[in-house]
Amino acid sequence: MQHSQRNVPPASSPTPCSPAQEVPSARYSKGSTTVIELRQVTKRFLTPGGQSYTALRDLSLAVAPGEFCALIGPTGCGKSTTLSLIAGLDTPSAGTVLVMGEEVHGTDPRIGYVFQTDAVFPWKNVLSNVAAGPLFRGLPKREALERARAWIARVGLAGFEDRYPHQLSGGMRKRVALAQTFINEPQILLMDEPFSALDVQTRTLMENELLQLWSALSASVVFVTHDLEEAIALADRVCVLTAGPATVKGIYTIDLPRPRNVAEIRFDPRFVRLYHDIWEDLRDEVMISYERAKQSS
Amino acid sequence: MSERSNRLEHGESDGAAKAMEADSAILAALTGRRRRRRWLINALRLLLLVVLIGGWELGTRLGLIDPFFWGRPSGIWQQLVTWVVHGTAQGPLWVQIAVTLEEALFGFLIGVVLGISFGVLLGRNAFLAELLGPYIKAANSIPRVTLAPLFAIGLGLGSQSKIALAVVLVFFIVFFNAFQGVREVDRNLLANARILGANRWQLFREVILPSALTWIIASLHTSFSFALVGAVVGEFVGSIEGIGLMIQNAGATFNANGVFAAMLILAAVALLSEIVITALERRLLRWRPTALSEVTL
Repeated sequence: MQHSQRNVPPASSPTPCSPAQEVPSARYSKGSTTVIELRQVTKRFLTPGGQSYTALRDLSLAVAPGEFCALIGPTGCGKSTTLSLIAGLDTPSAGTVLVMGEEVHGTDPRIGYVFQTDAVFPWKNVLSNVAAGPLFRGLPKREALERARAWIARVGLAGFEDRYPHQLSGGMRKRVALAQTFINEPQILLMDEPFSALDVQTRTLMENELLQLWSALSASVVFVTHDLEEAIALADRVCVLTAGPATVKGIYTIDLPRPRNVAEIRFDPRFVRLYHDIWEDLRDEVMISYERAKQSS
Repeated sequence: MSERSNRLEHGESDGAAKAMEADSAILAALTGRRRRRRWLINALRLLLLVVLIGGWELGTRLGLIDPFFWGRPSGIWQQLVTWVVHGTAQGPLWVQIAVTLEEALFGFLIGVVLGISFGVLLGRNAFLAELLGPYIKAANSIPRVTLAPLFAIGLGLGSQSKIALAVVLVFFIVFFNAFQGVREVDRNLLANARILGANRWQLFREVILPSALTWIIASLHTSFSFALVGAVVGEFVGSIEGIGLMIQNAGATFNANGVFAAMLILAAVALLSEIVITALERRLLRWRPTALSEVTL
């Protein structure tokens, strides 16, 4: 593990890695079990035109306890669909989705989800937004508010408890969303391009903060993004998905040391080499997706 | 050295003072301009009123407008004074106002509660919505004031027949708005609430209702006027007291001034209710950006 290396797969084999056994590097498999496992998952939708649209095809993936796994692929390839299947917001058309060894049925209190767009409640102020989770789960009001205040301070929003979301900047709203999710102390954290709407500086700041929060929480993370730099800077493992229907094209172990500084890690020669390797894989998919978008428009 | 820094400080504070002076000058100019504009608008509004009413009065005095058919401002004023001082043919004026207001208010409340209930029910239940959709559209296309004679026959000349008419008029407005409001709830917010742990009731109370409230409250403005219309039309058709009966009597005795005077009373009642509803809106929709509600007619 002295330098970066392509872990999986051999370039000749385009087939997805087999699940479970494929969890790389003993470093992350604290237990023998996997936290999230997708087995040959297929998801089809019926389009308004009455046709069938396949978002995922035979997607297999396993995430180890405490692992930070990034899913990367061209826009619209079915990354978000994967997350909603794990979260229990949607059900697969074929295959199984296992969370903590059990098949997913509806939402799970051990799972947290940070959405791409603003999903904080516009009619609640910052305090009520952050306290929403504990209150929904039946914690006494006083205790919930106390914990919410602590989390608001932790994401750097102390003094903004009474503000409504429309009075905050995009970065601040994201902090509210993070606090709202982290206060429930999820064992699994699903993130759907959470920082894609932020400007570059704010984004780097938020990525560093996410890494700090995550290291304290030791949750397993599935982080969806279409930004390769972000994926490498944050993750233990990067899964490249094919242009829709999505299936796993390649899995790369990112053995950059932690703690990482997202702003500086991109100058690390190992980072550059990893970027180069993964981009080789990703480029074809991006081109396919681009050609399709051009044709359909 | 100290002298130099001293001078520097002086220079800085001088510059700051100048900047502040310039700022306050700009601010004064801006507020002055705004105040003058306000004043001009108020003055022109008053002038418009004087010209309209004076023109009307003058027209009747010069014989251009026949006051027997079209009334006359001074006559309307006299009629109002007579009603206030000596009461109306059916009894004291305030009793008539109270009767009509009570009918409108009850009709409004019942209609709003029913409208919201059915709107939310059908908005959340796609099956029911599809099943009942055509019937609701058909019922909505009936000119509902024509139900007035039916209610008079079925419910008698008391307040029930007027309340029933007001309910029917209010219901459809609120229903369609509540239905639409529930359908437009952001799917991300729903998913977020579910993941944070909200059960069905919490989902309704914390997400669906606040979100639909924007739509529902918008409908309240129009629906209170419709409740008044329901009460007054109900009184036209058959009643023993109320402002509608006053208008009916005035019309039957060729008292044009009486019709206008009763109309003025109704307008005042509607305006007062509008103020109450706007205050309610401000209170319930505090969380919205103020820019939205700043310019209103």
